Amino acid sequence: MSEYIIKNGFVFDPVQGIKGDKADVAVKDGKIVKNVSSGAKVIDASGKTVMAGAVEIHAHIAGPKVNVGRNYRPEDKLFTYKPKSKQSRMAGGFSVPTTFKTGYEYARMGYTTAMEAAMPPLYARHVHEEIRDTPIIDEGAYPVFGNNWFVMEYLKNGEIENAAAYIAWLLNSTKGYAVKVVNPGGTEAWAWGLNCLTINDPVPYFDITPAEIMTGLMQANEYLGLPHSMHVHQNSLGNPGNYTVTLDSLKLAEKIKPNNKFGRETVLHSTHLQFHSYGGDNWGNFESKSKEVMDYVNKQKNITIDTGCVTLDETTTMTADGPFEHHLTELNHLKWANVDVELETAAGVVPYVYSPDIKVCEIQWAIGLEIALLTKDHMRTFITTDHPNAGPFTRYPRIIKWLMSAKARKEMIDSFKHSAKMIDATHLAGMDKELSLYELAQMTRAGPAKSLGLSNIYGGLAPGMDADIAVYNFNPEKEHKPDEIEKAFSASAYVMKAGIPVVIDGEIVSNGNKRTLWVDTKVNENPQVMRDIRDKFLKYYSVTMNNYDVASHFLTNPRVIEVDAVR
Amino acid sequence: MLSGEVREMETVTLTLKNQPVLFLEADNISPDVFAGKKAADIAALHAYEGREQITLGKYFEVAGNAGATAADTKIVVKGDLTRVKYIGMKMSAGEVVVENSTDMYTGAWMQGGKLLVKGSTTAFTGIGMKGGELVIEGDAGNYLGAAYRGDWRGMQGGMIRVKGSAGSDTGYFMNSGTIIVEGNTDVHVGTHMVGGTIIIKGNVPSKVGGQMVEGTIYVFGAIDVMMPGFKYIKDEELEVDGYTGPFALFHGDLGERHPKRKGQIVYGKLYQKI
Amino acid sequence: MTKTVTDVVCPFCGTLCDDLEVVVSDDGKTIVDIYNACVIGAEKFMHAQAKDRVTRPRMQQPDGSYKEVSYDEAVEYTAQMLAKAKKPLMYGWSSTSCEAQSVGHEIAEKVGAIVDNTATVCHGTTLIAVQDVGIPSCTLGEIKNRADRIIFWGCNPAHAHPRHQSRYSIFPRGFFTNKGHKNRKVIVVDPRNTATAKMADYHFQIEQGRDFELLSAFRVAIRGEWLPDTVAGIPKERIYEAADVLKSGRFGIIFFGMGVTQTLSKNHNIDNAIMLTKDLNDYTKFSIMAMRGHYNVTGSGQVLGWQFGFPFCVDLSRGFARYNPGETSSNDLLVRGEVDAVFVLGSDPGAHFPISSVKKISQLPSVCVDPHITPTSEISKLHVPVAFVGVEVGGNCYRMDNVPIDARKVVDPPEGVLTDEEFLTRVNTRVDELMEAK
Repeated sequence: MSEYIIKNGFVFDPVQGIKGDKADVAVKDGKIVKNVSSGAKVIDASGKTVMAGAVEIHAHIAGPKVNVGRNYRPEDKLFTYKPKSKQSRMAGGFSVPTTFKTGYEYARMGYTTAMEAAMPPLYARHVHEEIRDTPIIDEGAYPVFGNNWFVMEYLKNGEIENAAAYIAWLLNSTKGYAVKVVNPGGTEAWAWGLNCLTINDPVPYFDITPAEIMTGLMQANEYLGLPHSMHVHQNSLGNPGNYTVTLDSLKLAEKIKPNNKFGRETVLHSTHLQFHSYGGDNWGNFESKSKEVMDYVNKQKNITIDTGCVTLDETTTMTADGPFEHHLTELNHLKWANVDVELETAAGVVPYVYSPDIKVCEIQWAIGLEIALLTKDHMRTFITTDHPNAGPFTRYPRIIKWLMSAKARKEMIDSFKHSAKMIDATHLAGMDKELSLYELAQMTRAGPAKSLGLSNIYGGLAPGMDADIAVYNFNPEKEHKPDEIEKAFSASAYVMKAGIPVVIDGEIVSNGNKRTLWVDTKVNENPQVMRDIRDKFLKYYSVTMNNYDVASHFLTNPRVIEVDAVR
Repeated sequence: MLSGEVREMETVTLTLKNQPVLFLEADNISPDVFAGKKAADIAALHAYEGREQITLGKYFEVAGNAGATAADTKIVVKGDLTRVKYIGMKMSAGEVVVENSTDMYTGAWMQGGKLLVKGSTTAFTGIGMKGGELVIEGDAGNYLGAAYRGDWRGMQGGMIRVKGSAGSDTGYFMNSGTIIVEGNTDVHVGTHMVGGTIIIKGNVPSKVGGQMVEGTIYVFGAIDVMMPGFKYIKDEELEVDGYTGPFALFHGDLGERHPKRKGQIVYGKLYQKI
Repeated sequence: MTKTVTDVVCPFCGTLCDDLEVVVSDDGKTIVDIYNACVIGAEKFMHAQAKDRVTRPRMQQPDGSYKEVSYDEAVEYTAQMLAKAKKPLMYGWSSTSCEAQSVGHEIAEKVGAIVDNTATVCHGTTLIAVQDVGIPSCTLGEIKNRADRIIFWGCNPAHAHPRHQSRYSIFPRGFFTNKGHKNRKVIVVDPRNTATAKMADYHFQIEQGRDFELLSAFRVAIRGEWLPDTVAGIPKERIYEAADVLKSGRFGIIFFGMGVTQTLSKNHNIDNAIMLTKDLNDYTKFSIMAMRGHYNVTGSGQVLGWQFGFPFCVDLSRGFARYNPGETSSNDLLVRGEVDAVFVLGSDPGAHFPISSVKKISQLPSVCVDPHITPTSEISKLHVPVAFVGVEVGGNCYRMDNVPIDARKVVDPPEGVLTDEEFLTRVNTRVDELMEAK
């Protein structure tokens, strides 16, 4: 089939430890190989940066609450819609892009794999329909477990094996990828208008605490040996002073050991940590606690995190943390959508304007960047915006600019309306660390792939891995103005996905052949769990058990990751 | 330029020579787009009929050149324009005079300058307006000076005056600016208003100030059914757009949230002429 | 001998019951009986078996009669019509699968059409209200398991969604509601004394056209503010009393329908109802849900949403999507003479649109894709019969609470009859050729 050789670029590959050497990358039949024949098509990458395609570990890009965001914000599409072309469908939506735009914009930035951060199991079919309509990028989705009635009942009784059997059943049924936990316990409390704001607040009726839910799910995750760790959005998101809840939650991982055949060395992924690193106790004395949080993360090697950087845009917040979204609409009075999902979870959507003229937003912006810059192990910290919550993913090049240029950060701080107060409440102004390209490659490619248990497929340029490759118009041997960094990473010179060129000079040239990633887990037969499932469908669900499963015709080019957890 | 000096404007005259079969989208008819262009360039600008992209020159005779900037440009549009949409969209300076009635989106998202229609318009006149002066000598349709769908930021500045009547949803989600309708309107005046001034000199059947947070509405004529969330406060003697006399003040909408300033709750104000 | 297909999804209304059991003949060709469906759903399955089913396309002749033509000719006529038009309207979509809708959208994008669905005369005003103020809602199972305050405002589920009250809203015994209707209070707001109103604990016989005022009064009462003596024909004492009933519940839900979406104020009624729901969340848990009519109008809104960013009235004519009901809505486009061809699939505007719009459809090049002869087919130039989704072909559908359920195939369609998806796919290929040639 097709052979390519990407010649002479500056290669950054943490998997092989290549830190900017000039090297060639050879591609054959969709994989990276050691050598190709002289007939291979030559792509000249001289003077350019070459990395593996990036891996998005957490974004809200496919599913019912994303679509609420789209449908309820016509103004998000006004005047910025990109017309269709010969190779691409029309593409619109600034903070909540359509599925076509999502695929195209990720690809243009050199991203080739993305994980949908939260899939409500009852709506799984919707998530897969949107995944099908997202071109080019491989995708998987994380079903949510942290407010699930089955999970809470099993874990309350300490029944890890039963919880694990249920998790396996649900991943198979929804064609999901990992164990996602959002505001554990608090979102079930929200079905009565309540919340759990610390890890010891019991859930109404179910009488289990967030600490017990997170601990139990980590144990079940390792019992099964899933490719990714438990992935958690902690309680008390967005509240001043919440860093103590964050540290309490992270400490739960201390006793858990990773157990899996995928090379994953961590047991907890703490997402959009920026929103969870707040000090003070009100918006007046609100301050950064990034140092306290990152001191712990740096020491605790079995944790990974992603940053959740604020981009200072008008955006749309959307999360399964239902009570948080209600709280947010009470603060900014903007339109609030909410859906409580029977037996499983909830979601909320509220627009938000992160203004550089507002002190709180300036501090939030700083915290996200501090987290990235304070990290000591760049394989355990990943760059995100919790799209679209802290900002659209299309701002990643801007985030990269801020992380690679202290000058760019200083320019921003100088332009802020409240820079003096902001500097008092944060650490960023005193930080001159600038991320290197190698560290960037760790934080956006090799690190996330490893955390997902996919390090033999994505995130690197070693022979045998998928030929997902990004070439940027960025010469590491030259000086760059900060805006040139942003420009180079916004529109890749060349992107290849599974050996197919998809972007050339920032333009889409193919819709590719995207795949859907999901985890198929074998466990011992468990008649009790199956009986409980049948029972709840009969009595409490509003659909039948036979109609719940996502049939295989909903999956585009499935790529199944097999897990054998049979004892 | 010294103050008091009259600005020398260049005038471009567009005369519609044939009717479109469907409707013509003429969002390029704006001093900002014409600025710096000669007649031939203007005639070559795009217009749209359905999915067909055509030129302005296909439908309009173009006479005269534009000024160097929008502020120096005056556009006069003649002919039966009832099937032409978007005249004056987003204009930031200069002048547009529409000699007859025209269709939707007249002066939509206007930012400045002057737009005069010597006839009537239909829906979405002046939506999302940020500044400038928009005068309709005939009637206007629904959604006069309203917000675009979903946007909580409606009209943010400028002045709209309609000498005839207007339709429903006048000033929807208004933030700031002034709307004056000298005739009647249909239902829903100032729904979701958070600021600005609306003056209706004729009658409004009902739904005046529904869900209003802040701002001021004056109604000179009859309101058949008042919103239940409006409570009579007192009579006041006022001067409103040239008329001086007593008005009854109502505070509302009591079903809506209201901000507090200096310890006082700030209500929306509805004044009805006594 | 017969066999029974279980877990069948009913393709009629937005309640999308998925517990039907259909008994089919051994050869899988005939539906013999149906269990668990309401009378409307049962009829949908049974009349798919009608002996006088139209099985081939029909082209209108100059004298007004119809002549049978082949599917190939139908594909050709449709593709030519869409490719030639400057601004075609592609309407309907509410009674077909998401898979078919998606192919239709591909065609629409190529020919610069307007894509609109039945929300345009139904819950479109709800969609507009949601765009203005959001919507606190939940899935139907939450109602079953938690709700103890049920309000039906401007809707009559006893007639329009017959199993709604027994499956979800009034009678079921759920996890936290094991006394069923005995622990629920039902409020009905309707000018008529309907079958649903007769079941209510409180019936507010509201003055027509004053829903916006009464909703506003409820919000005022919740805040404990002053009210005039009567609002919308209801004395203020009853309004304050109702406010207390709502605040005192554990979990409330407002269901609403055409009585408020298509009467005076339209989207503003829904807007104020949503704001009332939001206000009630200061006191207790409250949600609101639209009683969607067609079984997959919700799906049409979802697919349009993720592909184009808007749930209905989507104008693709400029090569990028634009949206503004009042301009890009089917009836406005038809009445003003703004479209030059009409393609209808999966709905019956001939029966539901104002006569001034219907006249326009009859004057324009038009195609009606529908298993049945309908008022729409009889004024269109071409009628293309297709299989019934949910009976003769499967496909994904979205319930009124946006839950997606994959409808099943129970029997084969009549010999040679295409499905929506198959017909649209052929049209899509032909449109490609025609647009390429341009």
